Amino acid sequence: MRTVFKTTYDADINLFRHGAQAFWYLSLLALMIVLPFFLSDFAIGEMTNVLIWAIAGMGLMILVGQTGQASLGHAAFLAIGCYANVLLQERLGLPFILSLPLAGIIAGLSGVALAIPTSKLHGIYLAIATLAVSILVDDLIVIAEPLTGGINGLLAPTIDIFGIQFDRYGTPVRFYGLILFVTVLVVLAYRNIQRSPLGRSFAAVRDSEISAQAMGVNVARTKAVAFGISTAITGLAGALMGHFAGIFNNETFTIIISIQMLLMIVIGGLGSIHGAFFGAVVIALLPQAIARVRDGIGALTGTSIAIPGMESAVFGAILILFILFEPMGIYGRWLKIRTYFELFPFYRRDMFRRQRSYLKTERMR
Amino acid sequence: MDVLQLFVSGLANGCVYGLIALGFVLIYKATEAVNFAQGDFMMLGAFITLGLTNDQFWGLPFWLSVPIAIAAMGLFGYLIEMIVLRRMFGQSQVAIVILTIAMGFVLRFAAGLIWGNEPIALESPIAGKDVRFGGLVLGLDEIVVIAVTVISTILLYFFFNLTKLGVAMQAASQNQLAAYYMGIPVKRVHSLIWAVAGMVAAVAGILFASKGSIDPSIGLLGIKAFAAAVIGGFGSLPGALLGGIIVGLIEPFASYYIAAGYSQIMPYLLLFLILVFRPHGILAQIHRKKV
Repeated sequence: MRTVFKTTYDADINLFRHGAQAFWYLSLLALMIVLPFFLSDFAIGEMTNVLIWAIAGMGLMILVGQTGQASLGHAAFLAIGCYANVLLQERLGLPFILSLPLAGIIAGLSGVALAIPTSKLHGIYLAIATLAVSILVDDLIVIAEPLTGGINGLLAPTIDIFGIQFDRYGTPVRFYGLILFVTVLVVLAYRNIQRSPLGRSFAAVRDSEISAQAMGVNVARTKAVAFGISTAITGLAGALMGHFAGIFNNETFTIIISIQMLLMIVIGGLGSIHGAFFGAVVIALLPQAIARVRDGIGALTGTSIAIPGMESAVFGAILILFILFEPMGIYGRWLKIRTYFELFPFYRRDMFRRQRSYLKTERMR
Repeated sequence: MDVLQLFVSGLANGCVYGLIALGFVLIYKATEAVNFAQGDFMMLGAFITLGLTNDQFWGLPFWLSVPIAIAAMGLFGYLIEMIVLRRMFGQSQVAIVILTIAMGFVLRFAAGLIWGNEPIALESPIAGKDVRFGGLVLGLDEIVVIAVTVISTILLYFFFNLTKLGVAMQAASQNQLAAYYMGIPVKRVHSLIWAVAGMVAAVAGILFASKGSIDPSIGLLGIKAFAAAVIGGFGSLPGALLGGIIVGLIEPFASYYIAAGYSQIMPYLLLFLILVFRPHGILAQIHRKKV
């Protein structure tokens, strides 16, 4: 067990809590940088996919994990980011290095535009409003066919930064490096938001809107800002996803993707950057894992089993088990294991027990 | 005449949405939880009836399999609450939403495994027959759907407001701890309301299956029904039916008068507008958020 003695005020808001933490995270980064040189192209592609999902997860995590606002409509902002990025490149001829941040900004502004009318909604009502937005955007893509190509979709061009080509299939290592760079930037931005007054006001709104208001936090404004930042990051992820997939249409960003994103960060662990990454690993690698297991069983029994809908069912089952037995997600489990060893033999089962509350309705009848 | 035909078929569709929405509202009213798998409960109810009735499966008489399916769904709802939901007692609403969404995934898969993913028609005696009122030709299925929905809504309304159990359910929802002190078995009340919601879902499923063929993905209709419940005012039984009928009526009229791509977004556009301008629905029941 490490005790951190705080000798300056900065100790509360430092990027890393202590030297060892900095060492481990920087080693992880170094590992991520050298890893692609030892892996096959296929594995690099899978890792790139994980990183893109992690960016999307961090976007949603700011809203759900930090600010406590449920959203079932983030696929809409993936779509906005993705289409904005490609359209800015194709129609206006902007370079990728400009179109990517612009796509994020456009997605962020649309998030704010959604947050302003819905700022009075709470919990389940907000979730259903965002769900409606997700369905609306899905249909709007089809309606706006001259711009978006409708159900035929659009082709994402090869990324070109100052004459260097980044292509998923042609130059997978370079493409991976680009995504890793964006991921690190987003992690830093997320961490800095967490440490700033803005991040503290997010947490205050999450824990109790009324208390936050009493402490002088402008709740409606905070929520709108949270929506803006969250959807901007999601938009970035959407833009990268478009380049990763190569071709996309309205089906790429259905309501199911919105739901999956929410489920992903719950499995990973709400309220932490780690959670977004763990969830992304699960969601991006699960289809592969299922395919492997299926092939393994098929080879053993000599039959081939292909059941449609298998992936979402396994995903659902994993999620049910997590919510019932480990509501804090994979990261929560990791924290518990770590605390167990740090405090050995003094760990108690109830150390992470959440306080339960009895419900009272807000309805009058 | 066209308008009247559209009206009746929209009304019948709306009644099915209304019945699914009733299931949402029942559970919400009594436990403050939102069951996103209600659409999949409806699908399961429809498939159990189909599995019992159709010749390719069990081949029982329709009027025998209907009560069996309703009872089975009641038991299913009871057990789901007892085994799964009770562990969530006292946890956040959003966690329960996510749990029930995941449950929907699993149910859809299970139904596909048992009954296949191809659309199947229920061999129902009320399907495909016409009734004539003067010059007007209406489907028997549509009239039955409307009648059954109205009757079930009235029954549920009286059940909630007049019977001891119904009042106990309302009390359990308004303040769990106080209800428990008053001697209400809160946990059993919760299980019972899930059983009732399961039975309502079965009725909705049977009615929906009588109107056309079904496949496991009809559970996604639950999203539309959820929109209906919110439009009507979450937590109000007449509101759920009203919302269902509004959504059901918008659809045929929108597709009749508006260009194809735009018509299907109308229910969600209405939902969004309602949420923005009247956040708690037409028949609102929330007045102020308490600390």
